[in-house]
Amino acid sequence: MLTNILQYLEATKDTHPNKIAFSDGKDSLTFSQLYAKSKSVGAHLARRGIYKRPVAVLMDKHPNTLTACFGAVYAGCFYAVIDSAMPEHRIGLIIDTLKSDILIYDKKNQKLAARLAEQGVFGGEMILWDDICDIPTDSADDMALELVRRRQIDTDPIYVVFTSGSTGVPKGVVAAHRSVIDYTESLCEAIGFDENTVFGNQTPLYFDAPLKEIMPTLKFGATTYLIPKVNFMFPVKLCEYLNEHKINTVCWVVSALTMISSLGALEKTPPKYLTTVCFGSEVFPRRQYELWRETLPDARFFNLYGPTEATGMSTYWKADRQLEEDEPIPIGVPFRNTDIILLSDDGGAVTEADVAGEICMRGTCVTLGYYNNPEKTADAFILNPLNTAYPEYIYRTGDLGKYNKHGELVFISRRDTQIKHQGHRIELGEIEAVTQELDGVGRAACVYDSEDKRIVMYYSGECDEKELKAQLSRRLPSYMIPAQINKMERLPLTPNGKIDRRLLLDMALGKK
Amino acid sequence: MEQLIEILKELHDDVDYNECETLVEDGILNSLDIVAIITEIDDRFDVRIPAEEILPENFNSAKALWELIERLDD
Repeated sequence: MLTNILQYLEATKDTHPNKIAFSDGKDSLTFSQLYAKSKSVGAHLARRGIYKRPVAVLMDKHPNTLTACFGAVYAGCFYAVIDSAMPEHRIGLIIDTLKSDILIYDKKNQKLAARLAEQGVFGGEMILWDDICDIPTDSADDMALELVRRRQIDTDPIYVVFTSGSTGVPKGVVAAHRSVIDYTESLCEAIGFDENTVFGNQTPLYFDAPLKEIMPTLKFGATTYLIPKVNFMFPVKLCEYLNEHKINTVCWVVSALTMISSLGALEKTPPKYLTTVCFGSEVFPRRQYELWRETLPDARFFNLYGPTEATGMSTYWKADRQLEEDEPIPIGVPFRNTDIILLSDDGGAVTEADVAGEICMRGTCVTLGYYNNPEKTADAFILNPLNTAYPEYIYRTGDLGKYNKHGELVFISRRDTQIKHQGHRIELGEIEAVTQELDGVGRAACVYDSEDKRIVMYYSGECDEKELKAQLSRRLPSYMIPAQINKMERLPLTPNGKIDRRLLLDMALGKK
Repeated sequence: MEQLIEILKELHDDVDYNECETLVEDGILNSLDIVAIITEIDDRFDVRIPAEEILPENFNSAKALWELIERLDD
């Protein structure tokens, strides 16, 4: 019975011991190395009696990082990978939420780790990965890990992934083994991966998005290249990387794909081994989508959609029919064992075509909630209003969707001010809340210019624009910094006293 | 050159573009910046940067980028 994600690794290390599991192009780990190092990390934690605790992982995009994550799971703990490029202030908010007392870091982040300790951002124990990754395990360790395994159940958490929160504090989505196993099985069935799949991973390891590559790699003994971030700035180099490693499958955010197609790299260096292209997180501009399809006429294309709160992706659309002129690319149908409910405003379920409802997920995919945040959890993880007979939790996404005439789901818009920008999910409310905490700022409001893909901020107060931007850079990750910041005497209000966001958006669009 | 620095300032106004030679290495520019720079150069200088010239060494400093524009403009 599959109850633990490590069972995938333990089976594959016997069938494919010397095959490369993860590589960044320079450094690689085979399945047996991945297993040994993960177990070494796990044994170290277990020896210290650390169990069922969050383990912060301050490591960069590298195969070794996965051994720290799996090592935590071996010890019956769960991991939270921290984005080291984030401002220290935001790392502090995440650590406060986690209340973690163990942090594993790599040599690259040694200085940052020391600073976090010095400034009191992290008060727990810090462990250098290199010190615990190659400790030979003895029979006592094996027994300790075996005991941990026997106590673990599939509703125990594996990871916490942080996402933007409208109150100014990031929210940590916590997911259990059974949700990730359910996702792995249904995703592999729908898309059709196998041991010959060579993934080119784009998304950072501090999200749930890379589960798409990591989990099928463990399940089948496939290979994943963790492509270094800098490659995504230089399209021809990126295509050369794909070809050099014979990468045949990518699951990327749309902006990474359009960067290649819009800058002419598809013609120059077509990624000739690609047979499967999954995309998602944003709307694919039709012209760019067609360019990809023309360049790779034999490849299979999938649009994937899903919130972190329902574990990775929830729905898929296989591009096997010609879309009409201005038809949006559908998000398709749910993966097996996931149910989608389109909840209408009156609390009923939408079943007919072209009627909008809020997309809600039902099933094993629904995660455990937001870590140490009961209020936000209660808002979004609700009892299914269609079932009053017994408690059944569903997750409401805040996304509006509808069915098209083919019965496929189509994304319409957000209910609130959450946006997708550069593949990141951002609450404009978080940027506003952080700004309003700064000295010299009265009120602040952000709008998103989806045409030019930029965040535009309006604010009142004495602080000047340059100073404000500098202060924000110390508190928010770079993708959340507004492209344009405008100071105003006072922000425009609607007749009932709310900030007039529509007017601000018009101003942002007109100012270009 | 001034016009180019103006474009770059619009993206990150806290960088000294006359001095900085590590725009890519130090992670100052991101992939969206690269796309924005290429679009702006096309608009303002009528110079189209072909895919094979979109390389780290051409974007690491304002000077390198300016030399690229001049080379392509000939």
